[in-house]
Amino acid sequence: MARKSHVQTTINGETVEFLCESRQSLLEVLRDELHLTGAKEGCNNGNCGACSVILDGRLVNSCLVLGVETEGKSVETIEGLAEPDQLHPIQNAFLENAALQCGICTPGFIMSAKALLESNPNPTEHEIRYWLAGNLCRCTGYDKIVKAVMDVAKASA
Amino acid sequence: MDEKKEYKVIGTRPIRHDGVDKVTGRALYGADVQMAGLLHGRVLRSPHAHARIISIDTSRAEAYPGVKGVVTAADLPEAEDRIADLGEGAVNLKYLCDNILASDKALYKGHAVAAVAATSPHIAEEACQLIDVEYEVLEPVLEVRQAMESDAPLLHDSIRTTSMGETADEPSNVASHIQHKLGDPDKGFEEADITVERDFVTGTVHQGYIEPHNATAQFNQDGHLTIWCSTQGAFTVREQVAEILQYPVSKIKVIPMEIGGGFGGKISVYIKPVAALLAKKTGKPVKVLMSRTDVFEGTGPTPASYIRVKMGATNDGKITAAEAYLAFEAGAYPGSPVGPGAMCIFAPYSIENVVIDGYDVVVNKPKTAPYRAPGAPNAAFGSESVLDEIAEKLGIDPLEIRLLNAAKEGDRRADGPVHPRIGFVETVEAAKSHPHYTAPNGKKHHGRGVASGYWFNIGLESSVTINVNADGTINLIEGSTDIGGTRSSIAMQAAEVLGIPAESVNPSVVDTNSVGYTAVTGGSRTTYATGYAAYEAAQDVKRQMIGRAAKLWEVEEANVQFADGVFSSINGKEEEISFRDLCSHLGQTGGPIVGSGTVNPGGAGGAYATHLVDVAVDEETGKVEILRYTAIQDAGRAIHPSYVEGQIQGGAVQGIGWALNEEYIYNDEGAMTNASFLDYRMPTCLDLPMIDAVIIEVPNPGHPYGVRGVGEVPIVPPLPAIANAIYDAIGVRMTELPMSPDRLLKAMGKI
Amino acid sequence: MQDFGYVAAKTVSEAVTLLDEKGQTARILAGGTDLIVQVREARRDVDLMIDIKSIPEVNVLDYNADTGLTLGAAVECYKVYAVDEICNAYPGLIDATKIIGGTAIQGRAGVGGNLCNASPAADCIPPLIVLNATAVIAGPNGERELPVEQFCTGPGQTALENGEMLVSMKIPAPASNSSSFYLRFIPRNEMDIAVVGAGASVTLDDAKQTIVSARISLGAVAPTPLFAEEASALLAGREVSDAAIDEAAAAAQAIARPISDMRGTAEQRTHLVGVLTRRALNGAIQRI
Repeated sequence: MARKSHVQTTINGETVEFLCESRQSLLEVLRDELHLTGAKEGCNNGNCGACSVILDGRLVNSCLVLGVETEGKSVETIEGLAEPDQLHPIQNAFLENAALQCGICTPGFIMSAKALLESNPNPTEHEIRYWLAGNLCRCTGYDKIVKAVMDVAKASA
Repeated sequence: MDEKKEYKVIGTRPIRHDGVDKVTGRALYGADVQMAGLLHGRVLRSPHAHARIISIDTSRAEAYPGVKGVVTAADLPEAEDRIADLGEGAVNLKYLCDNILASDKALYKGHAVAAVAATSPHIAEEACQLIDVEYEVLEPVLEVRQAMESDAPLLHDSIRTTSMGETADEPSNVASHIQHKLGDPDKGFEEADITVERDFVTGTVHQGYIEPHNATAQFNQDGHLTIWCSTQGAFTVREQVAEILQYPVSKIKVIPMEIGGGFGGKISVYIKPVAALLAKKTGKPVKVLMSRTDVFEGTGPTPASYIRVKMGATNDGKITAAEAYLAFEAGAYPGSPVGPGAMCIFAPYSIENVVIDGYDVVVNKPKTAPYRAPGAPNAAFGSESVLDEIAEKLGIDPLEIRLLNAAKEGDRRADGPVHPRIGFVETVEAAKSHPHYTAPNGKKHHGRGVASGYWFNIGLESSVTINVNADGTINLIEGSTDIGGTRSSIAMQAAEVLGIPAESVNPSVVDTNSVGYTAVTGGSRTTYATGYAAYEAAQDVKRQMIGRAAKLWEVEEANVQFADGVFSSINGKEEEISFRDLCSHLGQTGGPIVGSGTVNPGGAGGAYATHLVDVAVDEETGKVEILRYTAIQDAGRAIHPSYVEGQIQGGAVQGIGWALNEEYIYNDEGAMTNASFLDYRMPTCLDLPMIDAVIIEVPNPGHPYGVRGVGEVPIVPPLPAIANAIYDAIGVRMTELPMSPDRLLKAMGKI
Repeated sequence: MQDFGYVAAKTVSEAVTLLDEKGQTARILAGGTDLIVQVREARRDVDLMIDIKSIPEVNVLDYNADTGLTLGAAVECYKVYAVDEICNAYPGLIDATKIIGGTAIQGRAGVGGNLCNASPAADCIPPLIVLNATAVIAGPNGERELPVEQFCTGPGQTALENGEMLVSMKIPAPASNSSSFYLRFIPRNEMDIAVVGAGASVTLDDAKQTIVSARISLGAVAPTPLFAEEASALLAGREVSDAAIDEAAAAAQAIARPISDMRGTAEQRTHLVGVLTRRALNGAIQRI
């Protein structure tokens, strides 16, 4: 049996400790060990973005990060976005724009959009499309997703 | 149905009922199931496209630490060669079982051969590699025309071609031949001033849903089997698992979790019976997940096809005859969508003389599954390209030639049915007057294309129960899994009947023990048929509520009317009570109210779409850029216009992917070489412009609110529309899909 | 996925010692965007992953207008294109760092990992070659330097000896009147592996009429990224003209030895070498 390591990290502002095998990805740790199942597995090789999380302020595919690598780091996931009594503006914009159908890609898109707007609060449509190109959606044709992100940018401008 | 009626809820855009769960990551999908003692299952798949299985030795895997159980086809009940009806038509049970776990032969690379349950997914995966399978590798056949050759390698000794009631004597890869004929095609072609005939080839493409298949099963000691999974239809999972395991449906409960896309690909079962077998063997709950590669190699894509279309027309553009030859790859077992392809191919047009031949052919690829208007896009790629060529050669505007020949109410489809009120003409008229069509289109290597498409839509069974709450809201119980906002489009129809806001309905998608039989979310049927059931259930509630008002006021029921959410008494006593207030009197007037509605409606009403596309072709690289896209569609009545637009936009973009880059690429041994999201190139948002979705409303007489299914038809026009735009840009007719850069370079003579 | 060990090395010597002890089945983990996938898909056998991201030397990102750039082996793409001076000095390298994977990949993947992964289609290698980059390698016997065009020896194969690791890459300061450009052909607009990649650097005379020197490099048309030496050399001393660029493109095509695979056919690739070489050269010239 594979040996497990003890890891201490910060997830959505809370200090978290877990045991994991070296081969377990951050995505597996989040989902299977910590039961934070908002990040999804779509491809497990960095090509769909459904597992997007923010690691030390930077957007990453959690399927391409080892759980053991997060020692001492800070992870933001979709579960940490909303306030107890209200949604994050990006979450609201996705709802108001009907920017989701099946919803499996939605947590990844929202995390990706959050990282975009933190680094570029006023992106053009092209900049939005370039940034979100690593997130696949098969339902919407992206139209309403791009519009939702444009709406958030407009509202904060 | 009242065409002029103004609605209060229908046509508005409320926030979807499951929205907050889905933007917060709280919505639970199939893979999110967690429970104590859960084991993890993985499937071993054939590395060969065609091989006889000589032996399977699982002993090394069983001995591996952490492994709790291994299953093979030997664990399935004996499947005699019999036919089971699973709601989607007849299915040969041996084929069904063999596709779950191969028994005598592996018929495609990725065919499931064995499965392991272990304490971690990694251990299960490692243990799969310790299963020793001895194969006798056979020559594969990978292309439909090759498979139809008389000397082709045979997949099944048991298949004899059935052709219009006759069964052949010799085994063949051609499972069936169908033909539809109308009028006298020979005479029609004689009357033509111009005839165009072309061959078309389309590749194998996948639905590409982002969520891989998943299944968690638990077998109780009393024999009750529970399956948590993502599926388009919990009841069809129950039926298929019951048939495959030869187990009574009464002992199977299927709990549909949220589903991460399906598009037709999550109707057939793959790992659900496997999870059940592993759960039975281990006595523990077992979760089986597919990897993305498993999804590409081991689940049903939509078929590659070879299509020949011939159309004749007079000089003034009237089509006199049409002929089509459709040969579809079924994959490893019979059952391609050649039937629907044949039904749809000339359906936008009123043509007197038609002959359509269709062939269902097995090849060493995964058994195909439905994908959004299955068969129709392949067929339309042929017919709509040929029509474009006729229009161009006759110097007629491509939309005008469509109007000139457009099918209307009362016209007969080649396969028999007579069109009810349909909205094809309206979509073409809308295209003609759309600013996109009148915008300039003259730049070098830019082109504009148009194409239309048809999908017949289906009805089938749906059940809805409504429980009335004392605070004036209702809980709506349904069996249609919600893939794209149908909780809301169904809830809104009930709300409209009861005169309450959409937000006063709490819709729930429940398990197979908790609602009446409901067919799959597919065939563009959910808002139509389950919405119809919700309408009926709400009518039932309304009738009962009228009885309660009558009781409260001590008047005859006939003297109570209901309008705009208010009950009032007519004739005599002047009483009024709102729906909401009356709900608080249910206890004193007889107890709770439960309304129910069940339907199996026949009037689904066909859907038509006409698309406009502008492209730019890089003549040095062969790459096609989509510059502008407009998709016009008759929705009958758009219940929630945002989600109707979403269906149109999503369907159009899947069509764009199919047209330009998506295909299964095979090597000579029959292995798919691009089984990942890296190399199976679905469009990203950077590959697309905004998609302008235009909703036309020609109400469907077969639904109380005029709803037509909207989900499927938008994938039909993009393939030919883009081909026609490429022709307009560079003067080359592309007849092979996808129209990828290398194929364009070849067609332009650059390589 | 196979089981493996994980060590977060603190110093170059610790990493080198581990590499030396464990041999071929120990691998350096930087961004992990290739390595983790390779191990997960059983394409690479690994017993130990040595995470180098806490080693100071591999995180250096230092640009000096006189001496050039030192780019640590573990520096992620996004950090490279965040520095304006580096963008201005080496636009060809920036072109590559902005198109590797998607945004999330660029948060982890780096130029050094791209080089060590040694894919024939690696986007960063042609720009490194045309920019005269040198690989700084640490090993049990100390440090050595190697021109980047000699670093890759085959698909996934490098000149690193047992126990050696890449520490950084050094790129000389750009000459005046020079610039660089990289582009690739992919069927989509992002998230693809290059069907063909082409990088070019060009130095013009003060009048910006004549090419003083040029370097051309090609990706995905041979077992390793190629330095198109003849095509580069024939441009020296030539006037900037379509004819000169066409000649160079033809010479580049002549050295391409592409294969056909799921990403493109050999004939398509050979054709694209001509197209992309022209576009890369013109792109670099236009930036001067």
